[in-house]
Amino acid sequence: MNRVVITGTGIYATIGKNREEVTDSLYQGKSGIVIDPKRTEYGFRSALTGAVERPNLKGVLPRRERVGLPEQGAYAYMATMEALQNAKIDEDFLARNEVGILYGNDSSAVPVVEATDIIREKKGTIRIGSGSIFQSMNSTVTMNLSVILKLKGINLTVSGACASGSHAIGLGYFLIKQGLQNTIICGGAQEINAFSMGSFDALGAFSVREGEPSKASRPFDRDRDGLVPSGGGATVILESYESAKQRGAPILGEVLGYGFSSNGEHISIPNVDGPARSLEMALRDAHLNPEDIDYLNAHATSTPVGDANEAQAIHKVFRDIKVPVSSTKSMTGHEMWMGGASEIIYSLIMAHNSFIAPNINFENPDEYSEKLNIISETTEHKIDIFLSNSFGFGGTNSSLVVRKL
Amino acid sequence: MSKEDVVTIVNDFLIDEFELEEEQLHPKARMKEDLDIESLDFVDIAVIIEKEFGLKVTSEQMVKIKKLEDLYNFILAHSQN
Repeated sequence: MNRVVITGTGIYATIGKNREEVTDSLYQGKSGIVIDPKRTEYGFRSALTGAVERPNLKGVLPRRERVGLPEQGAYAYMATMEALQNAKIDEDFLARNEVGILYGNDSSAVPVVEATDIIREKKGTIRIGSGSIFQSMNSTVTMNLSVILKLKGINLTVSGACASGSHAIGLGYFLIKQGLQNTIICGGAQEINAFSMGSFDALGAFSVREGEPSKASRPFDRDRDGLVPSGGGATVILESYESAKQRGAPILGEVLGYGFSSNGEHISIPNVDGPARSLEMALRDAHLNPEDIDYLNAHATSTPVGDANEAQAIHKVFRDIKVPVSSTKSMTGHEMWMGGASEIIYSLIMAHNSFIAPNINFENPDEYSEKLNIISETTEHKIDIFLSNSFGFGGTNSSLVVRKL
Repeated sequence: MSKEDVVTIVNDFLIDEFELEEEQLHPKARMKEDLDIESLDFVDIAVIIEKEFGLKVTSEQMVKIKKLEDLYNFILAHSQN
């Protein structure tokens, strides 16, 4: 069995467009949440969202490589280029090795909407153009990046709802551990636009605290009223320890364990048992006990039921061990398909800089969160090993245990 | 529409969208070999032909366009009909 290490990270998020900016925001407890006037105009129940400008890739990528990229593909490209540079992986390495890509993505709404509008209006498909198909498929990120980077290894999108990014890293870890690949570009991407979130808005799951956008996402807080959608791109380069050592790559961390489970119950209401089993499996896989975890990055999205159930799941596994817990979604909003990957990066940044980023807006606990050690202000803290949870619709759960190196 | 108009519209599109240089756009330039325009790109050229000239081009017709002047002539011939 191979040891699996992280040799590079890259992030393009609503709290910063690179690692440095994100580190600063995490430390400052800065929110990336705004009001999107378009959502108000379209009659959304909530206009709250994370926001980041779309990178302009004209002049950066040739036209053929650019036209198939939807917005989340552009975010993923930015994050991946930063991660490859961080890992000291260049074109030559990609050409000479079987490097794979496993990326989390679970929607691409805008190109579908735009193509449909053309069909309805023009009664034909000619005006759709050549890029739409490659933008609109769920596998858009992996199909585009694998061509842009000329990758030769596994090439696959992981669609596991809001746990997609976390599962992508977990599956990459398994492939490398088993010796099937040496290097895999893992990550998660999430589009940010009104049309992709309309159906989610219809469920009434979003916070409506529009008067104070930065206070709207308040995981574990007694007065939370729903999540705030967000997005971006996050890339984690996984590599076998041997390969990383051999080429003198920077080694940032080691994936020690991956746990997963399915709730087998309701499509949107999470339970306690499923996440608890995922947590336990990750610890078992890492050969660790709950007391070995120095920090837990919670999935907690700021929904009334989801946070209460995760608090119970954490308590069920950790009991009286007061592991420090925070949900970075209090700052970023819910990065959905991307969140499981970005939160590994956020946690790794904290570990390397010896602080815990705050669960901002945690002002009063409820009966479940009061049993946890929730960190509401930036705290200097040594983190060697952390655990990150991600849960999604359909009851898919993923937990990752990582050690800083 | 004059041939000059067609050439101007097509060339502007190729320069803007396909990032080609004006010097490359010689009427005898071969679409694939000289301009690096591949089969997928013809799908986007069909979009501009429909938008600018109101012509619906089929992929069978597109296959016959080998040189830039074939494209100009195709548009001219069909616009005049």
